[in-house]
Formats: sequence, C-alpha cells, structure tokens
Amino acid sequence: MTDTPTAGAAPPAPDAAPGARPRAGRVLRYLGGRLLTAAVSLAAVMVTSFFLFRILPGDPVAAMTEGREVSVEQMEALRREFGLDQPLWRQFLDYCAGMLRLDLGVSYEFHRPVAELVAERIGPTVLLAGTGTLIAAALGLVLGTRAAWRRGSLGDRVNSSVALLLWSVPSFWLGLLLIVVLASGTGWLPGLFPTSGMMSADTAGGLDTAIDVAHHMVLPVATMVAVVYAQYLMIMRSSVLDEMGSDYLTTARAKGLRDDLVLRRHAVPNALLPTVTLIFLNLGRVFGGVILIETVFAWPGLGSLFYSGLKVPDLPLVQALFVIFASAVIIMNLLADLVYPLLDPRVRT
Amino acid sequence: MSTVIPPTVPPPGADGVPGASGTRRRAATKLLAGAVSLGLAGALLPAGAAAAEAEGDTMTVAISQPVDSLSPFLAQRLISTSVHKMVYEGLIGYDPETNEPHPMLAESWEPSDDGLTWTYTLREGMEWSDGEPITAEDAAWTFTTMMEDSDAATANGNYVENFEKAEALDERTLEVTLKEPQATMLSMDVPILPEHVWSEVDDFGDFNNDEEFPVVGSGPFTITGHEPNQSVTIEANPRYHGDVPEFEKVVFRYFADQDAQVEALRKGEVSLVSGLTPAQADSLEGQEDITVNKASGKRFQAFTVNPGAETQDGEEFGDGHPALEDKTLRQAIMTAIDKEELVDTAYGGYAEPAEGYIPSRYPDYYWEPEGDDRLAFDPDAANKMLDDAGYEKGDDGIRESPDGDRLELRMHTHNDRPDYVAMAPIIVERLADIGIAVENQEVDPGVLSDALHNGEYDLIWTGWSVNPDPDYVLGIHTCDALPEEPGTMRGDAYFCNEDYDELYAEQLAAYDDPEKRAETIKQMQAILYDEAVVDVLTYADTLEAYRSDQIASMQPQPDPGGNLWGQDGHWSFSGAVPAESSSGGAGLSGGAIAGIAAAVVVVVGGAVFLLVRRRSVTADDRE
Repeated sequence: MTDTPTAGAAPPAPDAAPGARPRAGRVLRYLGGRLLTAAVSLAAVMVTSFFLFRILPGDPVAAMTEGREVSVEQMEALRREFGLDQPLWRQFLDYCAGMLRLDLGVSYEFHRPVAELVAERIGPTVLLAGTGTLIAAALGLVLGTRAAWRRGSLGDRVNSSVALLLWSVPSFWLGLLLIVVLASGTGWLPGLFPTSGMMSADTAGGLDTAIDVAHHMVLPVATMVAVVYAQYLMIMRSSVLDEMGSDYLTTARAKGLRDDLVLRRHAVPNALLPTVTLIFLNLGRVFGGVILIETVFAWPGLGSLFYSGLKVPDLPLVQALFVIFASAVIIMNLLADLVYPLLDPRVRT
Repeated sequence: MSTVIPPTVPPPGADGVPGASGTRRRAATKLLAGAVSLGLAGALLPAGAAAAEAEGDTMTVAISQPVDSLSPFLAQRLISTSVHKMVYEGLIGYDPETNEPHPMLAESWEPSDDGLTWTYTLREGMEWSDGEPITAEDAAWTFTTMMEDSDAATANGNYVENFEKAEALDERTLEVTLKEPQATMLSMDVPILPEHVWSEVDDFGDFNNDEEFPVVGSGPFTITGHEPNQSVTIEANPRYHGDVPEFEKVVFRYFADQDAQVEALRKGEVSLVSGLTPAQADSLEGQEDITVNKASGKRFQAFTVNPGAETQDGEEFGDGHPALEDKTLRQAIMTAIDKEELVDTAYGGYAEPAEGYIPSRYPDYYWEPEGDDRLAFDPDAANKMLDDAGYEKGDDGIRESPDGDRLELRMHTHNDRPDYVAMAPIIVERLADIGIAVENQEVDPGVLSDALHNGEYDLIWTGWSVNPDPDYVLGIHTCDALPEEPGTMRGDAYFCNEDYDELYAEQLAAYDDPEKRAETIKQMQAILYDEAVVDVLTYADTLEAYRSDQIASMQPQPDPGGNLWGQDGHWSFSGAVPAESSSGGAGLSGGAIAGIAAAVVVVVGGAVFLLVRRRSVTADDRE
C-alpha cells in the first residue's frame, strides 16, 4: 500500500465568511450601546420629572380649592390623599416604585388614574400631530425637491420665502387668525369651519362622526403644516442641491436619462436620507409638539391636558406626561439611529 | 366657409408617438383626479345633510374649563358645580329674584327653640329621574356620608362640620342636630344624592359619577352625555317636581380660548357666552341677534396689606414691612387711591367703585361708610395724615417711618388676571404721590400663593366671589382662620380682631333674626373697612352675551340686573324660553359641506397635480 501523502491536506478551511463573525459582533455592540444610552436617558428623565415639577411654586391643594368654600380640615384631607404630607424622600420613593410598576398615579384634579386620562387623549393628539407631520413632510419634500432642481428660479425663491415666512409665524397667532377668517367669516366670506374642538356634541356616530372630526381637523392641521413644513422643505432642498453636483448624476445624464428620471430615481432617494432622520425625530415630538395648537383650538389632546395640569400643578399628571413626551423622543431617536445604517450602507462601520 | 381649427397637438418628439400618448395619458389622469375629488365632495353632501337635522330646542353654552368630576362629592371647578345645580337640588335654594331662601326639595323648615335641631319637611310626591321616590332618607344618607367619609367631604364638607346627626324621621321629615346654632342652615343647597344609586359605591374618592347615563338626579335636567374634556350634555327631566324646562337639551362645550368663544357666538355655534372682557362686550353690543347682559358682579376685587403675619399662637413670621402694623399708614394708603380711575382704566366703566366687603348686589348685607368714616380719595388728606404721624419725606420724596424704615413696599399681582395687572400700575402711581415706593411684581399665581403663605409680601391682590349667604368669606378673617403653623391657610390676610370675632359668632348664631344678622354683618364690614387690612377696590360687572335668535329670554338672578351663568340655582336654564325659529346648536351646515368639499378638492387635486405634472421639456432634454 502506497502511502500517499494526504494530498488533500488542504490548508485549514477558512471561516465561512471572513468578516461575518466580527461584523455581527459589531452590530450587537452598536445595538447594545444604543439601548443602554436610551435606558440611561429614560432614567434621567424620570428623576428630573419628579424634581422639576416640585420646584414649581404653588400648592396644588390651595390652587384647586381657590375661591371655594373649604375648611382647613378639607384641605388637610386632600393633602393626605395626595400624599403631599409625606417627607420628600418618601414621595420620591413612592414615585419611582410606581413608575417601575408602570403605575402613573391618580390625577389630583380629575380623581382618575393618569393612565386612563392619557389613553383618552392620546388618540386626538396622534391624529392631529401625526396627520400634520405626514402632510408637512410630504409637502416639504415635494416642494423642496422642486425648489432645488430649479434653484434660483422664481419658483424656488417664492417657495422658500413663503415657507420661511410661515415658519417664523407663531402657531397660536396663525391659529387664531385662521379661526377669525375662515371659521367665523369676515365680510362676505362665510364661516366654513368650526371655531374649535374636535367634534360637535350631537353626531350620530360612524361615518357622521368621522366627517365631523375631519371637518374640525382642517384648521388645526393647516396651522400645524403651515408653521412646520419649512423644515422639510429647506432640508430636502439643501440635500438635493448637495446631490446635484455629484458625478453619478452627470453619468446618468450622459447616459441619456430624462431629466426628471434623473431627479426621481437617482437624486431624490439619496437626498432623502437626512429628511428621513428628521421625520423620525419629529414623529417623536408628536405627543408634546402641538401644545399651543391644541390649546387654541381646544383640541382634546395630551398637549392641552399638560397645559391645564401645569396650572395647578397636578403633579401625577404632569410628571407622567413629561416622562411620556420625553420617552417618545428618546425612542424615536433610538429608532432613527438603528434605521439609518439600514438605509445608508455608507454609514455602516 | 367654416374654418376648422385643428386641435392643438403638442409637437411630436423625435420618435413621434411616445410624446403624444404621454400627453393623452397626462390629460386623462388629470381628468380622473378631478372627477374623484368632485365625487368625494358630492358623497359628503348626503351624509352632511343627514347630520344637520335639528333636534328640537337645544342651547349650547361655551365654558372655559372642562369638567373635573361629575361627582358632587369631589368636584371643585365652577363648571362642575354649576352643572350639578341643574341636575341635583338641595333642600333650600335662593330665590331667583331676591336671593332669599327659597324652597327646593324642602317645602318648609323649622328650627327648635334652642336652634340646635332643624326639621325640614320635604315636598310630597317627588321622584328621581328614574322613578324612585325622593325621600328624607336620601337627604339623611347624603349628609351622614359626608360626615363619616372624608372622600365624600372633599367638596362640601364644610357644610356639615357643625352637624351632630342627620336623621330621617319619616319619608318626608328630616331632622338635623347641630353642635351649635348656625344661621347658614337657611342656605343648605348641598346637592342631595339618590341613596339607592350611591350606596352601591365602594370608594367615593374614585367614583366620578360618569359610568351610567342618564345620571339619576332630581333637578330640572339630567346628565345624558359627557365627552371628557369636550362637552357635557343635559336634557330636560320630565319627572322634575317643578315646571319642566322648555329647552329640551343644553350642551356645555369647552373652549380653551375666550376669543374663540366670542367667534363661536357670532357664528351661532353657541347660544351663551359668559365672562366677557369689557372689549369683547363692547364689540358685541348692538350686533344683530346678540344680546349683551351686564350684571352686577358677585365678586369683589381687593388687595390685602400684611399687618404682621402670625400664627394662631401669636408666633410672628414672614418679612412684611413693619410700618404696615400702623393703622394710620394703612388708612392713608386707602385714602390715596381713586377707585373711579380704576373702574375706568381696568374695566372700561364695567364695574362699581367699592368700599364695603359685600358687593352691592346683595342689598340686605350691603354696607357703605358714611361721613367721617369714609376714606374718600384725597391725596392731600393722605399726605397730611402721614405728616402728622411722623412719616417724614426723604430727599427723593419717599417717606420714612418714625422707626426709620423707608416706605418701600412690594406688591404681588397675579399675572393671569388682566384686571389686576391693569390696576396695579395705577396703585403704584397713586401711592408714589403720597411718598410710598411700591415695587409691582407680576407673578405666577403659584408664586403669589407661596408668598402669602410664607408671609413674605406687603401688598397682595385678591378677590372673592360672595354667595348670597356671606358666612364663608366673613369667616376667613377670624382669628380661628389664622394658620396653626406657617403654611397654607384659607384666608388671604392675617387679620385678627377680637370685636370682629365676637360679631362673627353673633351673626352665625342669629338664625332666627335675619335683620339682626344683617345688622351684625354690616358692623363687621365697618371694622374691616376701618382697619384697612382688606382693601376692597371694585365690584366688577359680570358681562355675558347670548343669541336672541336662539334664546328668547332667560331668568337672571337677581332680577333685575343679575347674571345668567354661574347662578346660585338653575333658574336661567330651567326658565329659559327658546326663540321662535331656533333650530338648535351644532350640526353640519351647508357652509360646513362647502368647507370640507373645498378642503378635499384642494388636497386631492393638489396631490395629483404635483405628482403627475411633468415639466414641459424640449426635445433634446427628453433624450
């Protein structure tokens, strides 16, 4: 028997994909790092929320019973009920324990669990702010792209100027102006829209209610879109302008592609990246971002709830809302961080 | 010879066909978009028309705060207590024309000789809105629950503080035993609740009375709907023991912004708006179909002076200016102020200059100083008073007290009350005229409240709404009302005067002699006025407006010259008469349809336009 040298003694097989293992590890580390940062931010927000509102001057019991015929005993009873007679460290521990249990406490003014109040009000806020954000983003994207593609033209200048003008206008002022002009009507122009609120009191439900809400939504959403769309417009415009000088676009044109195909299929998708980040961040601000508009239009959302709670201050309510608003931003930041590498391969380290 | 003008065809591209078909495709898409928009708008019309059917006589009232709780045991907000007055009656209320005690659930009442036992006889044959009989048991249960359960006492516990026992002797007779005689038994307008419904409740601190509609009640209306933070709906109660209201439905709609309320009134979306500013009232005056009601106010506006904050034990605290302990200085301050000027500047004339503690709308208790007692506006006299008392003017015109303290005072003003904000600078000027430097601090109500409770103020703004029975606002100035420790108290001035306390006890015990009680209360006001710690400045008018094409008339309280909203009773609503052709409140109108249709067309059309439109391109670009 011939002893053949193990001809096939191949060199040790390399790992299936040379970079895979370390790459998966990198991703996990990245993910883990981001999650840890988010968790630390959330904890910091929770602690801040407690102390922040206790710095506010004023006594909730005195504010709630102001002008009412109450006896000192009643005020003391309320104070006990709210736990305000406890020492501060005790209140803080109760608060932390509650937060960890996801128990948001009971509102002083409404005598109802804060979680219930939030659940009631979250729908209208998301409806208003979500719709507004999406429309503003779409409008800003389209107009920004057009403006950039025809930079320097009259259309570009008009677009940018109008957007910036509306951006600089205070939202509550614009809201009131729209109410006066379009809701109550001036001169020969009849009032086309309701002056405030989310719905009329006597709608039959179903399609009727949906139409009624849509009718009430027009002015608040218009106000929000008007003061916000400039963000998307300007960012999209500058991103597209950045892209416009790129070599690959010159190549595309040289290949003979039509101008708007060059725009739509090549420039815009790349220019969209910063705008996507912006959209994510703004979605995080959906909960707390429309306080002024909600107040002017008496829109029954989280913003107007927060505003009315601050006046007392209704501590469980404003603490919980603060944590909710901040958490939404933190979570959307996290998502934006995670999604961006997926969208843009250049970012993956 | 007719000339046929050929339809314009865009120049064909180099390859001919694609350009033309592309154009046709674009045109077709645009037409389709237009058709879809119009179709959607058209579809809305029948739906809208269906919603616009009027539902009988409905009144819509604009309110400035949403309801905090529908439970009379818990509710603190004015809107909540106002709604409760319409759906629950108490034993005794206030007459709509005169504010005198008026039988509600009780038709008669009788104190014992020693004033410690009160016997109320309820009307016969009354029913709750669900058909159960209203008996003295319900009243006894309500009072006893408030006495025994601290949650149930949250809102109205002070009414039963002096109660020993409340017992139903039979179906129509309620006997209340007191610890001490009290005249306020004649103003027992605490809502009486149905025992058969409320005795099922476990925890009064949790129960907001908003789980089952209609809510069982005894008043002219019952609560039939509640959209939290948006609206409360009440409907006429056919089982009410009195006249069933002519308005079938009243909707209270929340508006966050006062100006939006006024716009809604102009549009006819709401029927009644209250709490108008003078500017708003002026702009609505004389408008077609709108009636403005100017009523004598229930509130007085005042500032209090820190006379040296102290606890019940006499322990002093805070940092009030020491010179303010001198009555002469305080009286000089009052003498330097021109109340007419305040009325004109802050209220545009819609207020009354005030001196007595009780507003003039309560003629039984209203008091005015006379002759030498009056501290009429007279800066020269004020200057002389201070000169004579040894307050020398320094070189800069600011006086120094005999002890050497410069008269530099701080004034705390609520930054959310435009009338106080308007009046404060005037006070600063007038006091500067007599050599007192005042620093006006416009602060958050929370900051102001803290300053008051810590005694760290000199002058502080305040105001109270006075009920037809003024016992409470008088009681906050007794020595008993001083805090036990520096901290929250119910009053707004650290006032303590033995004579005042004696008179207070006398008026409270004068349950059987209304004239003596009134006389005693007037004497108390004289003491408050003379001491000049609580300086009443104005009684601001209540300004309201309603649509005369929806409401023909409403019962003011008192009559004439009273207010419609925030009454001590339900008279304005239960007695309101709808206008002839009223069609009620909200609902989708023709204008609404036009509005939605326009919005839909704009959005859909605009989206399609932006997406489909191609720039016109030249032939070479296309390549």
